Amino acid sequence: MAVSTGFISRGFKGRRAAAGDASRLPPGQYLDRGFPVLSAGPTPRVALDMWDLQVDGRVAYKQRWTWEQFLALPREQPRVDIHCVTKWSKLDTTWEGISLDTILERAAPIGEYLIAHCDGDYTTNLSLEDVTDGKAWIVFGYEGEPLAPEHGGPARLLVSHLYFWKSAKWVRRLEVVDEDEPGFWESAGYHMRGDPWKEERYSGD
Amino acid sequence: MERGAVLGRLSWQPAEVVEVVAETARVRSLAFRVPTWPGHRPGQHVDIRLTAEDGYQTQRSYSIASAPEDSRVAISVEKIEDGEVSPYLVDEVQVGDRLEIRGPIGGYFTWTAADGGPLLLVGGGSGIVPLMAMLRHRALSAVTVPVCLLYSSRTYDDIIYRAELDRIARADESSRIVHTLTRSQPGGWTGYRRRVDREMLAEVAPPAQDNPLAFICGPTRLVEGAAEILTGLGYAAPRIKTERFGPTGG
Repeated sequence: MAVSTGFISRGFKGRRAAAGDASRLPPGQYLDRGFPVLSAGPTPRVALDMWDLQVDGRVAYKQRWTWEQFLALPREQPRVDIHCVTKWSKLDTTWEGISLDTILERAAPIGEYLIAHCDGDYTTNLSLEDVTDGKAWIVFGYEGEPLAPEHGGPARLLVSHLYFWKSAKWVRRLEVVDEDEPGFWESAGYHMRGDPWKEERYSGD
Repeated sequence: MERGAVLGRLSWQPAEVVEVVAETARVRSLAFRVPTWPGHRPGQHVDIRLTAEDGYQTQRSYSIASAPEDSRVAISVEKIEDGEVSPYLVDEVQVGDRLEIRGPIGGYFTWTAADGGPLLLVGGGSGIVPLMAMLRHRALSAVTVPVCLLYSSRTYDDIIYRAELDRIARADESSRIVHTLTRSQPGGWTGYRRRVDREMLAEVAPPAQDNPLAFICGPTRLVEGAAEILTGLGYAAPRIKTERFGPTGG
């Protein structure tokens, strides 16, 4: 957690969120009504008949689903607050997708961490503890519509209790591993876990 | 994929405002003296933290506008009318004021002279800021990497760093600055007068066979569009780096 050095910014008043919203905003975050798009390169485009999702690495049973098979898994409609490390938060977003509990129980992981691999070569690392027990999904719907490509469609991770870069867009493969290994942003100085309530933005926070 | 070095702990540091420059009616640059600045690469950003008298704090991220060669750290802020922070930074802050800063942050959307080129920079509105850090660094390091900046602004008066961009274009045979004005154009304007599109990029962008390195920064629509067009023109996806910038909250 950051600690103030004690001075004030002359004349800065600020605009506090309404009390109900404020309690839902982690430190250093502000409410955004829009849905900013953040990514490091061109938006990958994959035809749905070419799309699949694989779970492999340190698992008892490797899994692969085509798009149609994936949509046939039991669906959930999470309603969550999301927090981007670039400071914006968005409350009460609604999604549709498959719980990672559903996905991982079919693979029976042996390792304790996973690396999400995405189209566009993006990766991010997560502990299994952070993505099980109803805390994470692979989503393909947002606010009642198919997930738009710039927001990660056809499918992205949703791990809303961590900063949103962990909710990797265009996810295609979950690789279970024994040791926690840094992904794309984590190798570039961002925090390995990214808990917004502990303000774990950057390495060393 | 290129990766930045893993950073050590990033601490909040006091930053004193040493210069303010009105760039346009809505954009102001602030230069800070930061006593223990570790240096940065062009394209990186900083976090700014403001503290009100009652202890309330808020933070924002801003791209660094200054070159690493500059002893000061500068940002340029576009005023968002209903924003919480940008009106304060654009209208209130004076030389001598202090706030808190930490950084540099971000290791991907960066260019240094050693990365080579040819370089294509595509900016929209205040998305020019990190690209300007690259142009300034390129000028100060006296390399001849060919660079083309395609810069989309709404009107002539909205062009940030206009005079400096003119100087860069004049000073250097291997740099090309191309403006497009999307909303209105002054009399005698001979530049583009529409949003960035495929035909425009095909005309100004270095050819794909030269394996250019492209940086695109601006509003989502411009970034998504330009990245997709460049991919279509044969640019390698890992050579296209994008960053969104603009009024999403501020």
